[in-house]
Parts: sequence; C-alpha cells; structure tokens
Amino acid sequence: MYTISNRLKMASIIMMVVGALGIGWGFLAAPSTEAEAMEMIAAHDDGHGGGHGEEAAHEAAGEHEATAHDTEAESHTAEGEHAMSHETHVLHQLQNKPWAALYVAAFFFFMIALGVLAFYAIQRAAQAGWSPLLFRVMEGITAYIVPGGIIVFVILVLSVMHMNHLFVWMDADVVAHDKLLQGKAGFLNPTFFLVRAAIFLGGWILYREYSRKLSIQQDEATDNSNFKLNFRISAAFLVFYLITESMMSWDWIMSVDPHWFSTLFGWYIFASMFVSGITVIAMVTVYLKSKGHLENVNDSHIHDLAKFMFGISIFWTYLWFSQFMLIWYSNIPEEVTYYVTRIEDYKLPFFGMVAMNFLFPVLLLMNSDYKRINWFVILTGIVILAGHYMDIFNAIMPATVGDQWYIGIPELSAILFFAGLFIFWIFRALGTQPLQPKRNPFIEESKHFHY
Amino acid sequence: MASKVLQAYYNDDDVLMHAVKKVKAAKHHIEEVYCPFPVHGLDKAMGLAPTRIAITSFMYGCVGLAVAIIMMNFIMIKDWPQDIGGKPSFSYLQNMPAFVPIMFELTVFFAAHLMVITFYLRSRLWPFKKAENPDVRTTDDHFVMEIEIHGNEQRLRELLADTGAVEINIAEKNLH
Repeated sequence: MYTISNRLKMASIIMMVVGALGIGWGFLAAPSTEAEAMEMIAAHDDGHGGGHGEEAAHEAAGEHEATAHDTEAESHTAEGEHAMSHETHVLHQLQNKPWAALYVAAFFFFMIALGVLAFYAIQRAAQAGWSPLLFRVMEGITAYIVPGGIIVFVILVLSVMHMNHLFVWMDADVVAHDKLLQGKAGFLNPTFFLVRAAIFLGGWILYREYSRKLSIQQDEATDNSNFKLNFRISAAFLVFYLITESMMSWDWIMSVDPHWFSTLFGWYIFASMFVSGITVIAMVTVYLKSKGHLENVNDSHIHDLAKFMFGISIFWTYLWFSQFMLIWYSNIPEEVTYYVTRIEDYKLPFFGMVAMNFLFPVLLLMNSDYKRINWFVILTGIVILAGHYMDIFNAIMPATVGDQWYIGIPELSAILFFAGLFIFWIFRALGTQPLQPKRNPFIEESKHFHY
Repeated sequence: MASKVLQAYYNDDDVLMHAVKKVKAAKHHIEEVYCPFPVHGLDKAMGLAPTRIAITSFMYGCVGLAVAIIMMNFIMIKDWPQDIGGKPSFSYLQNMPAFVPIMFELTVFFAAHLMVITFYLRSRLWPFKKAENPDVRTTDDHFVMEIEIHGNEQRLRELLADTGAVEINIAEKNLH
C-alpha cells in the first residue's frame, strides 16, 4: 500500500497556500478605475519597453485598437453603435486578467484528469493486456475530476453571474448589438450553457466513480462479471465522452471568441488533454516506481507510455496545423482574425508552444532507447505539460485580456495552486487502495509485458 | 566451404524462444533461425547486433524533406510563381504553410520506401532470387534453428532434443 509521504503532502499544501495568496493578490491588484488601468500600462511600459512615455504607449495602443476592436467580440461591431473608449477596454482586459489566469490553470489541470479518464476508458474498452498494472495509477489521477470539475463549474457559474467577463456573449448588452450572437443565442445562452456543463461533468464523474467501484470490487470477486461490466460501460462512456468533450470545447473554450468557429476544435482540445494525461500517467508511474512501488511495472510499460507521448504530440501538431493552414489559406476575415490576433500579440507563446509540443518531444523521444530512460521521459513530460498549458493560455487569453497578457504572479500562482491541489488529491487517492489490481484477468499478461 | 549443420525443427515460437536461450546459454553459436513470421525478441535472444535501419530511415527522411523544399522552391517560387488565393509566391518562407503537406508527405515517402529497399538489399533479397530456407515448412508452421557442427554432434543432438525440437536433421551447407 502506498501512502502519500509527508514531504509531498507538505510541498503540495505549501504550493496551494502560496498559490492562493498569489491569486488573491492578482484580484486585489486588478485596477478598478480607468485611470488606474492606464497608470498600470504606463508603468508596465516604462519598466519593460525601455523608457516609452505614456504618449507613445497611447499611440501604439490606439493603432492596435483599430485592428483589435474588430477581432475581439467585445467590440460593438453592429451598426455603428458607440465604440467603447480605449480606456474602458483596457480596464476590462486588466480586470479579466486574474480571472482568465485562474480559469486557464483550473481548466488545464482538470483537462489532465479528463484526458487520463479517456485513456483509461480506451484501455478498458480495448481490453488491453499491457496496461492493467497501471489502472490504479490512472484511477488515482482521475480522482481529480471531482474537485477539478467542480472548480471549473463554479468559475463558469460566476461568469454567468457577471462576476467576470470571460465570456462576452453572456453580456445581454453585447448580444443586443450583435446579429451573429443573436443568431447563436438559442444554443449560447447562460442557462443552457450551465445545464450542458452540468450534464458533461455529471456524466464524466458518474463513469469515473462507477468504473472505479467495479475495478475495486473485481479484486475480491470470484468471477469476471465486474470486469465485463466495466468493459461495457467504458465502451458506452467513450461514445458519451466523444460527443460531450467536443461540445465542452466549444462551450468552455471556443465561445470566448463567440464569432469564431473551427470544426475540428473538439479534436484539437482532445489531443491536448490526451497527451497531457498520458504524460502525467508516465510521470506518476516513474515517481511511484522510484519510491519502490509498482514492482511489476517494467521499462516496457514506460516505453509504451512514451510512445503514446511521442505519437499524440505529433497528432496534436497535425490538428494544430490543419486548423491553421485552412484558415490561413482561405483568409476569410471572420476566421483569420483568430490567428491575426495570436500572431500579432502572442507571437512568442503561440509559436513557442509548437516548439515545446512538437519539436522537443519529437527530437527527444524519437530514439527507441530514450523512451525507456526514466529521467528523459520526465524531462520531456515537463516540457509537454508546459507546452499544453501554453496551448490553453493561447486559446483563452487573446479573447479575454487581449494584448495585456503577461505571465506574472496571477498566472504562476494559479498554476501553483492547482498543481498543489492536483498533486495532493491524486496521491491521496492513490493511497486508498493497493496499487496493483489483484484479479484483473489480464494482470499476468501485463506483468510479463515485454517489448 | 561446405560444412555440416544441425537443423532443429520447432512448431511453436515460445518453445523456439526458450530453445534459443538454452542453446545460447550452453555457448553454442546459432547460424540462423528460419521462421514463418517475425518472432518478437528473437534477435536479442540470438545475440544479433541491434539493427541500424532506424538510422537509415532518419537519414532518408531528411533527404525527403530536403528534396521537397528544393522541389517546391523551384516549382512554385523560381520557375513559375503564381498568385494563388491572394498569396503571391515570391518567397518560400511566406508561403511555407502551403508547402508543409508536401514536405511531410515526401519525408514519409522517402523514409518508408528507401527503408524497405534498404532492408531488402541488406537481407539479400531481390526478384527471382532462389529461396535460402532449408525446408518449405518454414514458410508454413515450422521454425528451424541451424547450428554448425564442430565434432560435437552427439552432445548438440541431446541438447536440442531436450529443448523440445520435433525433428533434428543434418545437412551439408555452404555457409557464408
């Protein structure tokens, strides 16, 4: 039996406390008036731009306004209504910033658990012989779906209650001036949005808890009925998951840019969560092995996980590029603005993430032998996780904070807080049951798994 | 140089794997094993040097990528620049996204095909080549392990019979 070590527990609690303080600071430091917002920008520019005066900042920002106001849904494109002043706009962006930082990190860690749940369900539905030794690790990680999902849901509820302006289509004023949003209102309205979120989360949590229960019952069972039932519900869950995950990605991510849409967005977010989830399975497995647990997990299991990390990284890049190239080539204004904003204001994170999510894992994990070197897998895993955090960052930030982004205290604190909560929760869950399933019919095959 | 070889027949890949390990443990050199299908881990058990085909594949991939870049640069930029979809082809870099699918496909094409051809050449396989396997049954359901005899025939026979061989023959063979 594994129990969470005191050092890990302390570290995760410290991360949560420090993170919570930083998140709180982020909210307190957000400006409440336009004057404060402009002052912050000026100070920021002085610090980093090398002596740009306030005037220069104004000028640059004014120029930007012309393009950005078109692209951001916050702008009132319809019928030449009053244009929001630049100052108000910046104020809104800066007020959104701590919320967006919180939301990106909350979603990122939730998505890891959800990706692991999908991987787990695939292993169950495929009746895979190599992976049963890792089932308890996966079940431990998916335990985070409950707190992580609830936190994301609470943030969404707060958005609907207008505590923040992450989702511009929730603003009745904006919708009143926007024909496109009026057309989408049948689907994209606050009530239905929350109902959908509740259905998605309810379904995922239900499957997770039920499958976990069957998995534990199988340990003491005298026949394989639990195992068979688990196989059936996993196959059914995958159908549910494919539909709900796709809709979730429209709702929770794509709708921050409510004018823009991409038909492969669901797949794209799926690839991101899948590769992050598999990476975390590999990292937790390597950690537990280094502590002397999971005696029967051998190099070949790590090798297989690393192959998945390698392959799904390429799959993610394939989708990233497919989405980019079609929109770049067709150059339709309402589509291409999505990338114009990102390339103008987010050049480094946007292209940096391709290096982190594609070039790095491809070059490091291409060699077959490297896939079974534990520290290599961990190193690549850290880069992949950071890269996919950037992916979610790039998806949420341009529409919510525009060019006012930077990775500062609110962002890092939110990562720290959720990383602490994630570590605390999954390792606590890992300690509640033996790490090796006893009576899985494929356990012998898994023990002798050899590549 | 013609020499005598012992041919031990097996009818199961697991039995064969155990036999190979046992023969290696007894410090005999295995000339060759003929299988109807690839047996996973057999190369390691026989003590063969690790394959270098992955390295050639990587190099062929690089060649394919280079060919794609040079080819598209010549066709689309130098020789006949066209304005497609409002994206005039004056610079390779600016039009790069349009060429990525071609770069990808040619990388894969070169890596895959040249690797297969390399594999055939290295395995000395070409059209109309006479088959090397000693017994047609190795293309169906039997595995044959070949060991050269150096005056230790009796001991080898006993060892191989012990490993579960279903048949043991002696053949004259031109090795190498």
